[in-house]
Amino acid sequence: MKQLMGVINLDHELDKLNELTYFRCGAAVPFASRYRLIDFVLSNMMRADLESVGLFVRRKYRSLMDHLGDGKSWDMNRKHGGLFILPPDWNDPTDTSQGDLQHYHNNLDFFKRASAKYIVFSGSQHVNTIDLQDLYRYHLEKGADVTLVYKKIEHLQPEHDLCRRIECDEDQQVTEIHHEKDHPNLYLDIFIMEKELFLEKVEYCIAHGESYFFRDVIQKQRHKLKIAAYEYHGYHAVINSLESYYKNSLELLRQDNYFSLFRENPVQTKIKYEAPTRYLESANVSNSLVANGCIIGGTVENSIIFRGVQVRKGARIINSVIMQKCVIEEDAVIENVIMDKDVHLSRERILVGDHKRPFVIAKSSKI
Amino acid sequence: MKKKEMVAMLLAGGQGKRLKGLTKSLAKPAVYFGGTYRIIDFPLSNCSNSGIDTVGVLTQYEPLVLHSYIGVGSDWDLNRKNGGVFVLPPHERENGSSWYRGTADAIYRNLKFVDQFDPEHVLILSGDHIYKMDYNAMLQYHKERGADCTISVIDVPLEEASRFGILNTEDDLKIYEFEEKPAQPKSTLASMGVYIFKWEVLRRHLLEDGENADSSHDFGKDIIPLMLADGQSLYAYPFEGYWRDVGTVTSLWQANMDLLSDEPPLNLNDPGWRIFTRNPNQPAQYVAPGANVSGSIINEGCIVSGEVKHSVLFYGVEIGEGSLITDSVIMPKVKIGKNVRIHKAIISENTVIEDYMEIGTQRENEEEILLVDNRSKKRISVAAKTI
Repeated sequence: MKQLMGVINLDHELDKLNELTYFRCGAAVPFASRYRLIDFVLSNMMRADLESVGLFVRRKYRSLMDHLGDGKSWDMNRKHGGLFILPPDWNDPTDTSQGDLQHYHNNLDFFKRASAKYIVFSGSQHVNTIDLQDLYRYHLEKGADVTLVYKKIEHLQPEHDLCRRIECDEDQQVTEIHHEKDHPNLYLDIFIMEKELFLEKVEYCIAHGESYFFRDVIQKQRHKLKIAAYEYHGYHAVINSLESYYKNSLELLRQDNYFSLFRENPVQTKIKYEAPTRYLESANVSNSLVANGCIIGGTVENSIIFRGVQVRKGARIINSVIMQKCVIEEDAVIENVIMDKDVHLSRERILVGDHKRPFVIAKSSKI
Repeated sequence: MKKKEMVAMLLAGGQGKRLKGLTKSLAKPAVYFGGTYRIIDFPLSNCSNSGIDTVGVLTQYEPLVLHSYIGVGSDWDLNRKNGGVFVLPPHERENGSSWYRGTADAIYRNLKFVDQFDPEHVLILSGDHIYKMDYNAMLQYHKERGADCTISVIDVPLEEASRFGILNTEDDLKIYEFEEKPAQPKSTLASMGVYIFKWEVLRRHLLEDGENADSSHDFGKDIIPLMLADGQSLYAYPFEGYWRDVGTVTSLWQANMDLLSDEPPLNLNDPGWRIFTRNPNQPAQYVAPGANVSGSIINEGCIVSGEVKHSVLFYGVEIGEGSLITDSVIMPKVKIGKNVRIHKAIISENTVIEDYMEIGTQRENEEEILLVDNRSKKRISVAAKTI
């Protein structure tokens, strides 16, 4: 029997990707030529063969639901278990819960119906390739109440400022959880605990008017609980701002990053039936990632090209991220730009952003 | 089962001997084409796009890959509650068992399958051609003429007509004669192997043909002449557009090359008529600094560090630095090392081409398309060098 179930909690994730998150939540932002951010956590959960996965969303989840469908792409369209998308539709007038505890409190049935005994929790902003079964084994081995996942970061970046840090002793027991910006042990927003203990803590929190499970249980009760730390070593990127999105997108052009994200573990996404990409005689592409369905007649350098993009003859795209179905007409020039889906750029237009602050073009613009 | 106006039967049991090593352990309809497809994707997608939701696929030769590829048909939207895709291999019956003895015999042995849907018409397709076609438009034509059988035809050049099954017609396209590969062709209308029959009429003739021990049980050779002799009304349906038989290594290579011009005759990017296929779910293709890709189509999962000109790359192909690939078709998961030269070749799935190998750069016969796999690569590359 499957011992693990999953929760993807998007409640606390801020949508700070400007135009990219005006109409969609962060988890639904397209990334790496053909994925959306949520694909990475879902693919990790798929590989770990969880009994069921609950997705707690609060805002701007229309495009996310369209992407997920019945969970088939992640093999989560199951008769028993599988993917449950749980939006905030609750109408109990006596309900006093708040924060993410509101989700847990109003979806107790989701947890109780599952036969799995352990729950692994994750957000969507930390792109990684963690082996959740290995985390589960480690958690049992440590005999911990809760196990938190962290990565030791050598070169801290601005996007790490908002992330929690974990301090642990030589026995990998967590001693402190805080927000000190220069501490290297970055918490990856992933933890595992026993379902029964979780439900008990939820009940306690509701009774005491608490609102956020991590803050009010794990962080506040860190000295009462036995909390272990699990160190993760693989690919990792935090996407929580426009700058971090842009930077981490272009860093996928380094082959070591590309291999560590994709080589070992296939990442699943919603299937589109695009033809392979066609490079015309005049194409000139280098150091770029290109998805299928594109027709490329121009120049593309150091860029990320999504599905179905057309780059006409004489157009130049440099250091940019061009999302699905954009059309770049003849002799247009784009540099340091993030172009959301379905943008049409007319001939000879020139768009140049700064390499630290890319220029963002909103979805479906005509320029 | 719910009644259907038309059921499609797709003949996918052929070996395709002229594709040589490509069909060594693979049925011809499962052979790769166009960077991501298998040949059978074309008739299956045409069915799906034409609104035909019930398709029987008749398999026989090396069916393993084909069966698992078709699966429940969800990739072509053919996983349906009423109808859908059905794989129909030969089966044992009360009075014995045998293989399908011919194309007509394959349908004859599945009369019960077709009868379940009580169709007015049956569409017979083959799994050897690359084309996009609206079968529903053909059905309308068939119904308007009140035909017992309608055969889709394509106009071929007269000098090539003797390679095809040729239909001789009256001015109104009523067929009076079928000639298989005629030495002196009287017409240039070649059968595309796409037939619509009134089921009741076809059923009767299949029963008659099935009893005939002298018959080869073939649609072109036996059923069509039998129906003409019986005075049934048969019409030709003129098809205009791209259609290719990819039954030989050369024609398969040529059809792949046809996709590479700036305005290809077969548009695979038409959102209104998508060709569906099983998606191998690979990451985006990576074109490295210093790579050079032109006049080519490349699938996801490829990592290109060398030069690719006028070639087709299937998924998961890697091409090392300093290598040059021209006029070639590279099938899935082929690994090509550094400083390799490949010209005018088809490289089979999973082949590894080591650094500095040269294939097809010096050849006796410029017309010949080299077919390379892990077993033949040494012989072919060494031979090329010593010429």
